[in-house]
Amino acid sequence: MTGLSLDNIALERGERRIASGISARVAGGEALLLQGPNGSGKSTLLRVLAGLMPAADGTIAWDGADVARDREAHRARIAYLGHQDALKAGLTALENLRFWASFNGGDADAALMAFGLAKLADRPARTLSAGQKRRLALSRLVLSDAPLWLLDEPVTALDTEARAAFVTLLKRHLAAGRLAIIATHEPLAIEARVLQLGRAP
Amino acid sequence: MSAFVALLKRDLVLSYRQGIDAWVVVLFFLAAGILFPFAIGPEPNALMRVSTGVVLSMAALAALLSLDRLYQGDFEDGSLDLMALGPLPLELAALAKALAHWLSTGLPLLVVAPLLALMLNAPADSYGPMLLALALATPALSLLGGLGAALTLGSRRGGILLTLLILPLYVPVLIFAAGSISRSLLADGDPTGALLLLSGVDLGLLAITPWATAAALRQALR
Repeated sequence: MTGLSLDNIALERGERRIASGISARVAGGEALLLQGPNGSGKSTLLRVLAGLMPAADGTIAWDGADVARDREAHRARIAYLGHQDALKAGLTALENLRFWASFNGGDADAALMAFGLAKLADRPARTLSAGQKRRLALSRLVLSDAPLWLLDEPVTALDTEARAAFVTLLKRHLAAGRLAIIATHEPLAIEARVLQLGRAP
Repeated sequence: MSAFVALLKRDLVLSYRQGIDAWVVVLFFLAAGILFPFAIGPEPNALMRVSTGVVLSMAALAALLSLDRLYQGDFEDGSLDLMALGPLPLELAALAKALAHWLSTGLPLLVVAPLLALMLNAPADSYGPMLLALALATPALSLLGGLGAALTLGSRRGGILLTLLILPLYVPVLIFAAGSISRSLLADGDPTGALLLLSGVDLGLLAITPWATAAALRQALR
C-alpha cells in the first residue's frame, strides 16, 4: 500500500513504557491527528516516526518497506516541526529561513510570504512574539516539498489569521497527495482521522 | 557542500554578533596569563623559562570556555533535531561546528598569543615556533572539545563534566606542542619530530572525532 503504516508500535521514554500497540495507516492525501492527554506519547511518537529515536517495538513502513532499512531515504521524505521553533535569536527572520533554505533547499523569500512575515523580515528573531516565531517556524514547511509532515502542536500561539493560513497550506499539501501527521489539542478545520493515544498513568 | 558552508557561516555570524564569546576567550587567555608574573615574581629569567608553556596551557584552558555552548543552543532550540534530519550527514555538521569553533576561538588566540608572550618575556626566537605549535594544537583542541561538548550534551553541570573529560585528552597535544618549541630553541635541536606528531594527532582527530561526535549527538537526541 502507498503511504505510511504503523504496526504495533510501542514507545518508551527513559526506561518507562508510555504506550504500546499503536497501529495506524495513513495513505497519500490523508491527515492523521494524534490526540491524547499530556504525557500520552504524542511528541514521542512523532520523534519515533521521524527516526530521531527508535521505537521500543513494532515497525514503521513507507509504501510497504520498513523505514529502518533505509534511514537516509526516510529522512529525505520528512518535514518535521517540533515543540521548539529551531530559530536563532541572533539572526533576523529572513536569515533564519535562509539558513534552513541553504541547509535543506528551498526558496526563503517565498517562504516568508506564506505566513505574511514580509514586514518582519529584518527583525531579529529575539524581538518576535511567540506567535510570530511559530509562524516563522511553520514557514519552513513551504521550503520543502517533503511528502510527510510531522507536526507537533503546529497552531499553538497562532492567531485566527495565521491558523487559517496554516490550514490552507495543509490542505494544499494534502491535495497534492502528500501526508501529514499532527499532534494537536486544538480543532483544525480539516477532514482527518484521529488516533487517540492512551491515558497517561 | 552548501549545507556545510551554510552551517559554518551561520555559526560564525552568530558568534560575531554575540561577540561576547570570542572576547571572553581572548580576555580570559590574557588575564589568566598575566597572573603568572605576579605568582612567580618578576624575575625575567624565571618568566622566560615558563613563558611559552604558560601561553600553551592558557590557550588550552581558554579554548574550553566557549565549548559548553557549542551544541547546547542548537539542542535547546530544536535546531539539532532538524540538523539530524537534514541532508547533511551529522558527521559533517559536527566538523562544520568544530571548524567554526576554531575560527572564532583558536584563530583569535593565535592573534593575541604574541602579546601574552611579550608580557611573559618570552625569548625573541621562540615566537615563530610557538605560533606554529599553537596553529597545529588549537585545531586539535576544537575537535576534541566538540566531542566533549556532544558527550556532555543535556547533562546537568555539563560544563564541569566537559572540563574534567576533555582536559586529560589535551595532555598529548600540549606535550607535542611544548616539545616542538623547546627543540626549536636548542642550538642543535630539530622540532620536526614533535611537529609531525602534533600534525598526526590533528589528522587522527579529524578522522575520528566527527563520527564520535555525531554518534554522541544522536544519543543525546533520543
